[in-house]
Amino acid sequence: MSSLNWTTDLLNQLVSENITAEQISLPSTTLWQIESIHWQHYAELAIQQNVRWVAGWAEHVQDRFFINACFEKQGIYVLLRTIVNVAKPELPSQATVYPAANRSERHTQDMFGINFIGHPDNRRWTRHKAWAKHNYPLRKDFPLQGEPEAITPPDIDYPFVKAYGAGVYEIPVGPVHAGIIEPGHFRFQAVGELILNLEERLGYVHKGIEKIAEGRTPESLARLAGRISGDTTVGHCWAACRAMEQAAGVEIPPRAALIRGILAERERVANHLGDMGGICNDVAFVFAQMQFTRLRELWLRTNATIFGHRLLMDRIVPGGVVCDLSEASCALIKEDIILLRKELSEIMPAIDLNSSLEDRLYTAGYLSPEIASAFGTLGYVGLASGQDKDVRRDAPYPPYDQATFKVALEDQGDIASRFWVRYKQINAALKLIAQFIERLVAGDILAEWQTPPPGSESLSMIEGWRGEITAYIRFDADNKIARFYPRDPSILNWPALEKLTLNNIVPDFPVCNKSLNGSYSGNDL
Amino acid sequence: MLQLFKKILTTGIVTEKYKAPKDDELEKLGIQIKRHIDKKFSGSIAIRAIDAGSCNGCELEIHALNNPYYDIERFGIHFVASPRHADVLLVTGPVSRHMQTALLRTYEATPNPKWVVAVGECAACGGEFGVSYASCGAVSNVIPVDMVVAGCPPTPLALMKGLLGLINK
Ligand code: SF4
Repeated sequence: MSSLNWTTDLLNQLVSENITAEQISLPSTTLWQIESIHWQHYAELAIQQNVRWVAGWAEHVQDRFFINACFEKQGIYVLLRTIVNVAKPELPSQATVYPAANRSERHTQDMFGINFIGHPDNRRWTRHKAWAKHNYPLRKDFPLQGEPEAITPPDIDYPFVKAYGAGVYEIPVGPVHAGIIEPGHFRFQAVGELILNLEERLGYVHKGIEKIAEGRTPESLARLAGRISGDTTVGHCWAACRAMEQAAGVEIPPRAALIRGILAERERVANHLGDMGGICNDVAFVFAQMQFTRLRELWLRTNATIFGHRLLMDRIVPGGVVCDLSEASCALIKEDIILLRKELSEIMPAIDLNSSLEDRLYTAGYLSPEIASAFGTLGYVGLASGQDKDVRRDAPYPPYDQATFKVALEDQGDIASRFWVRYKQINAALKLIAQFIERLVAGDILAEWQTPPPGSESLSMIEGWRGEITAYIRFDADNKIARFYPRDPSILNWPALEKLTLNNIVPDFPVCNKSLNGSYSGNDL
Repeated sequence: MLQLFKKILTTGIVTEKYKAPKDDELEKLGIQIKRHIDKKFSGSIAIRAIDAGSCNGCELEIHALNNPYYDIERFGIHFVASPRHADVLLVTGPVSRHMQTALLRTYEATPNPKWVVAVGECAACGGEFGVSYASCGAVSNVIPVDMVVAGCPPTPLALMKGLLGLINK
């Protein structure tokens, strides 16, 4: 019999198989601790119940590694943990069960030297040549400065998948790309114009974010979190601050939560406008590109006027926000919404009726619901392929706990779907902003910070513009951060690009890529 | 189709129409830049943007230079796809160690005379990321830098001013 809450079912199943799960309650989630030998079997039980794999990371604590994986269903999150000894750092892989866990385990393998037994693809991932094979940057005995060579050699011997046969050829692209975009490497195998296989090689912008987070104060961590992925500065900063606030037991004032909501929705709108223009530009439909970049610019100028920063960096701080809204600012925001709605009502029909655009976007870059689900794809990528997930609705946090909005869902799975989901999300965001302004209560915007007891930990989930962001925090003594792990939605969306480009033509790769628009920086950390 | 043309016509040319004080500055700045470019670069400079490890915030603002409000191309400044076509390299981010060789090679592939502009706090001094096992910090730790445009990220206007400063050198 299945109960309403999947955790009860899963716990019962664990009990029936004599697996003990020690339950610890964290501020936002439940923590289950199991023995490492059951690590993979847990995943097998979880996937049977359609539980989603959310994130995975590890932590070095004295002579042990804490290995964590987060799971979700129906908006209920469980943090699974096991502990292994540094002397024998191995445990069975969950990637054999959950493809979504694949790269995450490879990252943990490179950064901690933890061996995931039976991993289907244990090639290095985050590690290129900046540190040696048997050095592990996130172990505590690895010095922050490492021992880099004067010039880090290029990563030339990565074992890419090969393809052989008459007429098969290879196209290497990157890390430096032709456009103004982030660096990464794509390896195509093609026959004629058709893409047979695509392999991504990321990690070029690995900046050691997890390592440099250690020992920071909450304010300083918030600044860093705001720079994990510049386009998601609000989302990541909010996720990190929320995790810290939960761990410290700090409650933010209602006014601050509403302003955070406005900031996050403004970030969503700005990015979607940019992406919609970019998608059209990649199929040479410049009209839309010009219109959308124009609207985006206007939107960013309002950001600068009201909040003092075009991209809204550092507006969210631990305990609240630093920018208040005056009556005049609220009026300006409302005017902005009306203006944007009017503009879009003129532009969207012109786009919708354009047959050449339709020809390029419909059916191109198809991602099936099955693959979208297997990789745990998030945000507009998942939504366009029928993955009905939105943290704002499923596990609401203030101010969304009292908001009403519709989650945009499509099931065509093509580039056009990802385009239209963005448009629907803009509309929903505009409504949300209006609601938040209506609800804006008088009061403080910043709560007083309290130093959390050493060892306090918490996990937070925020719906960023790309989808669910998770952030894990553990505090050390004296208000210092012991461990910070941010999981950008891109980490789960990137692998989907390898699949959705298959059987498309090489010249359509840029638009396929843009329709997904993963963050390289957010992935590489 | 009609709707499309109607929207184009009713939108007009925002580049010139917009008359906020900030944009006058932009216009003035642009004309200055244009004069210098005409004199020293036969009417145009070609820029190659390289993200050497940025958080992508700087890229968003470099992108904005091409939107109809700034429309930087009208001053003869355009972005090119290959370093071999470039006069100027706009480099963003702290240089991640994994990008160090790629940056060096891009620099070498750019013909002389060339200029390097370090864009953003990170490129200027390492920013929030500094120097570590994964990051070389400032761009000047890897290749010679001719000028720095500060800001996190610098606004499009600051970027235009920066380019003017470079040309004045
Ligand atoms: S300067 Fe700021 S916006 Fe630019 S890359 Fe660095 S952190 Fe990102």
